[in-house]
Amino acid sequence: MAFSIHSMLAKSPWFVHYNCNSCNGCDIELLACLTPLYDLERFGVLHVGNPKHADILIVTGSVNHRNARVLKNIYAQLPAPHVVVALGVCGSSGGVFAGAYNILGGVDKVIPVDVFVPGCPPRPEAIIDGLVRAVGILRDKSAGAATVPAATPTLTVTPSPAPQEPHVA
Amino acid sequence: MIGRLVLVVLVVLGAPLLGALLNGADRILTARMQGRIGPPLLQPFYDLLKLFRKEPLVLNRIQIGYVYLHLAFMLMTIVLITLGQDMLLALFTHAFSTLSLVIGGMSVRSPYSRIGSQRKIMQMLAYEPVLILLVVGIYLRTGSFMAGAVAHLDAPLITSLPLVFLAFLVALEIKLEKSPFDVATSHHAHQELVKGITIEYAGPYLGIIELTHFYETFFLLALVTAFFVTHVWLGVLVAMAVYGAAILVDNVCARMRTTWMVRYMWTVPVALAVCNIIWLYLQPHVGR
Repeated sequence: MAFSIHSMLAKSPWFVHYNCNSCNGCDIELLACLTPLYDLERFGVLHVGNPKHADILIVTGSVNHRNARVLKNIYAQLPAPHVVVALGVCGSSGGVFAGAYNILGGVDKVIPVDVFVPGCPPRPEAIIDGLVRAVGILRDKSAGAATVPAATPTLTVTPSPAPQEPHVA
Repeated sequence: MIGRLVLVVLVVLGAPLLGALLNGADRILTARMQGRIGPPLLQPFYDLLKLFRKEPLVLNRIQIGYVYLHLAFMLMTIVLITLGQDMLLALFTHAFSTLSLVIGGMSVRSPYSRIGSQRKIMQMLAYEPVLILLVVGIYLRTGSFMAGAVAHLDAPLITSLPLVFLAFLVALEIKLEKSPFDVATSHHAHQELVKGITIEYAGPYLGIIELTHFYETFFLLALVTAFFVTHVWLGVLVAMAVYGAAILVDNVCARMRTTWMVRYMWTVPVALAVCNIIWLYLQPHVGR
């Protein structure tokens, strides 16, 4: 990557994380990415508690009538350039709750989403892959390039092979 | 005259670079202590440059004004010390730099920012007596409030101010926002107080606060070095060791309550420093 001021955004992505209506599964997988096993801070990623300090907004869970305005409020407090990542299948499309009377759907029903990371919950590898994509979009936005919001959820990382059955002697 | 000007320019330009490198080392060391790999050494530079690229979100003009004052008074403190000027004035400008951050934090309506500001005031209340006793101790030793007088000592300050040095190390832990004293804003617990005093700053203004923190890290470690002024390289080594110890304490301690911090600082470190001052006062050879 060539040295430029725009690449600084790619080197120091701070994310804020909002749980819309999630069962906490995605949130726990996201926090697992910060633990010694995956250590996202290697890439300069910091988990901040404040949208005003953040570059990436990560939303888990489906959006309902109550939390849509909270989500919009948080989105409005992100300083540009910023990227939105919808984490988990609920954030992508509503998941198993899609069509329920209180559910609006995925995060893209309320705010523009740049990266979808589907999965229930997504594996930490998929989350890291999604963040790498988000960081690329962040750099493009900083350089003033036009970016299109993601249209549909696509699987970024194929799940690794299923664990082998323990060998019984 | 030209020599002093060059020195000031060197310090003003070099201090944030050193401070940022120290912060990078801090983050790597902290990560290693937690069993992680940690970010690159230059991460604080990336963070700072990124913050200056971000959109400035501002709530009111007072907030911005005090951010600039925060940086300006910290710069003034560093220039005063570099030129060997009055230490009492440097202490005062340093306090006003912190106070600017407090007033800036108070100028917004976020309760987290207000609580962070109030805790910052408590922090000042806790460490300022130690800093004043430090200056008094140096005065008793050199017979002058000028920082330049320290350079003309025949024996390093640590030989006459060992207990004040210990007290200063505790104050250093508060100034660097390390546990158990990181009550106003913290590098680790982002969820408690949501970054406290800096919550309403975004983009470049947060960057200026970070930059000031780099200057302050340099300034405080330069003070540690000043205790060993006849053996500067020994002083630099001790300053590095002190910084490492501060990170260790940060990682092994839990965050304590604000009232505990004030109670602790006004008993143990202040008592240490006062004992040292009394002992020094009774010495016949003190240069008064």
